[in-house]
Amino acid sequence: MYFGLSEEQSFFQDNVKKYLEEHATIDNIKHITSGDEKNLSAEIHQGLLNLGINGLLIPEEFGGLGLDLLFAAVVSEALGGGVGPTPFIAPYVMAPTAIRHAGSKPQQENYLSKIAINEYRFGVGFSEFIGKRNDAGISFSDNVLNGRAMFVLDANDATHLLLADEKGQIFVVDARSKNIEIVKLTTVDKTRQYSEVICQNLKAELLENSSDSTNPINQAIDAGRIMLAADSLGASQTMIGKAVDYAMERKQFGRVIGSFQAVKHMCAEMAADLEPCYALVWHAAHCHDYSPAEARLMACHAKAHVSEMSKGISKKATEVHGGMGFTDLLGLHYWFKRIGLNRQILGSPELVREEAYKTQV
Amino acid sequence: MDLEYGPEYQDFTKEVESFCEKYKGLSFSDGSNNPLGSLGGSGGPQMSRSEWQKTLIENGYFARSVPKEYGGYGGEADILKSRIIAAEFSKSNTPGAMGGQGIDMLVPTLLEMGTEEQKKAYIKPTLHGEMIWCQGYSEPNAGSDLASLQTKGELVGDEWVINGQKIWTSTAQYSQMCFCLVRTEPDAPKHAGISYLLIPMDTSGIEIRPLVDMTLKAGFNEVFFTDVKIPVGNIVGKRGEGWAVANATLGHERGSLAPPDATMNRVNMLMHLMKEETLDGKPLIEHPIYRDRLMKIQGKVLAQQSHALRLLSAKLNPGADVKIGKMIQKLTGTELRHELESLAIDVMGEIGTLYEDSPHLKNDGTWQFIYMYFLGLIIGGGTSQIQKNIIAERGLGMPKEPKVEGA
Repeated sequence: MYFGLSEEQSFFQDNVKKYLEEHATIDNIKHITSGDEKNLSAEIHQGLLNLGINGLLIPEEFGGLGLDLLFAAVVSEALGGGVGPTPFIAPYVMAPTAIRHAGSKPQQENYLSKIAINEYRFGVGFSEFIGKRNDAGISFSDNVLNGRAMFVLDANDATHLLLADEKGQIFVVDARSKNIEIVKLTTVDKTRQYSEVICQNLKAELLENSSDSTNPINQAIDAGRIMLAADSLGASQTMIGKAVDYAMERKQFGRVIGSFQAVKHMCAEMAADLEPCYALVWHAAHCHDYSPAEARLMACHAKAHVSEMSKGISKKATEVHGGMGFTDLLGLHYWFKRIGLNRQILGSPELVREEAYKTQV
Repeated sequence: MDLEYGPEYQDFTKEVESFCEKYKGLSFSDGSNNPLGSLGGSGGPQMSRSEWQKTLIENGYFARSVPKEYGGYGGEADILKSRIIAAEFSKSNTPGAMGGQGIDMLVPTLLEMGTEEQKKAYIKPTLHGEMIWCQGYSEPNAGSDLASLQTKGELVGDEWVINGQKIWTSTAQYSQMCFCLVRTEPDAPKHAGISYLLIPMDTSGIEIRPLVDMTLKAGFNEVFFTDVKIPVGNIVGKRGEGWAVANATLGHERGSLAPPDATMNRVNMLMHLMKEETLDGKPLIEHPIYRDRLMKIQGKVLAQQSHALRLLSAKLNPGADVKIGKMIQKLTGTELRHELESLAIDVMGEIGTLYEDSPHLKNDGTWQFIYMYFLGLIIGGGTSQIQKNIIAERGLGMPKEPKVEGA
């Protein structure tokens, strides 16, 4: 019995962390998020591709590494920890998972092998299946899509998109078609890209096994939720580390503020809230591959619980920094906002807990 | 990640399963006169608690790694087997071994630090449930700051003469013995002036007064010592080493107060209750506000269960960094259990305030009782605030409070 990360997983995670420490410095993040260094983001993305992040979940028969979701979770944790300004969850986790479960053999062969060699890059828009807001939604008939998909992940620079209708049918579309309009949505989190996608008679290919079962799309959503939980886990850990460091440096009333119980207890509460989240995220990732009966429940709870804990941590860690935490100078807000987005994307805690309940009825 | 236990343990699980089957419905001939064990069931075999305790030891289901000569099973410690035993007993509702502070705290202390004579005299009857112990640590003026305790022990001839008062002493009224922290070196610094003494409770000069708590049960006592005389040899470790002796096992108590599997059993019980109880004709589980609160807590308990697996794995595979992971157990476990019991009361509304033998009481009033009882556990054994100091100071490396002059 062994509950934890393997040596390979820890090693791979360390490599991603190290790469981000060197290349995604706070100064670089500031440049990227203010939009004055377009190439920097692409360079960092390429650096991570060189480590092999695109092939993690692609089966070996299609040229990937054929690893399990826990591997992707530790990468996501590292990306959250370093506010990695690069696509990951949509193109390299949700898309391969969706295509593996929803695609026919030829569809798998075609798309997965091209993700593995970085010829295709997918954005993913499943928001309307999870919870349709206002008049969003796309419909499929006569092999074309019409309508709008909101909060499509990583649609910019994508070659293809996976879009879903309310029934959970998944479609592959060409992201560069003239019948598609990709509108950038500016969110508080500028380390990642979200878009609105408008389709007008857009040619679409149905992933065959998604027409009569919601299992494929749920598999992809579960995997995405576990990744978001892992991202928030990493982001929270970084925020706690920064808060503790700051509390040990900053002096008021002749003492470091970390010697006051009011401050110490906030730090202890953050640590106590976060520590069990490691095990929950790892366990959920493990169940996703090896324990189908519990997989959905664990994925939902990982997403909801880590979102709740991280929200509290992002507030407390900012407060420990006092006024400095509120400024742009330290850049602490990048983590705060990343946690804020992770909470809402692919289902807010209330929506996800409701799904958790439904798995038990 | 590998959550399988392996074939040896599958066989062991079957063995424990059939043992539990054999003793299904076990009841105790000595009923409720020993407070440290479960009440037992009905319709199965009958025996005394002490006989049951011996049966468990003979099979290696209790006191597994305690040497035979001291009354244990004499096997290798096996963490996975212990976990399987606990899980199977819980699943089949088989009464477990007696607990209590003698078994949980004194026996490990003696095994580590007792003399040969002490081990021979005390461990066996304690394991067999024939010798009950109470713990004499806290005093009215020594709570969170336990090391400031003032109960005095003076060596006069070949006897310790003890004077002072202890408080929060569970099971004192049933106990034959007390393991007690006493100040024997008044001139030494506070942590270095304490000794760990073993006091027979029938010694003259001991007075026990029950202390009724908010649950209206006398879960604790005050114990007064007036010129209580015990032999000089009733000391574990040397004079002035009592603090270290006590701390050797204090961590053990903290971890075991609120195991997440027990909390998950209560979550399941609450879900069942919410399907049966109705509000405006609709089962409570169908009211989204209550349902969401239940799901929120279920997520927290799942996180703690996964965390417990990680800690279990760290015991089996040394080297994993779980320092903070262990420190948070008491804080998070007791707070979560309290939160869960409180949700049950909110869900029941007015019915959740019924108590004792009231009509319309649900689940024997356990929700109300445990809600209050766990407030006691949040405070006892190191308050939540003390736990946060420990996590911040020893876990995160933050500084201690500056010392106040004269304290």
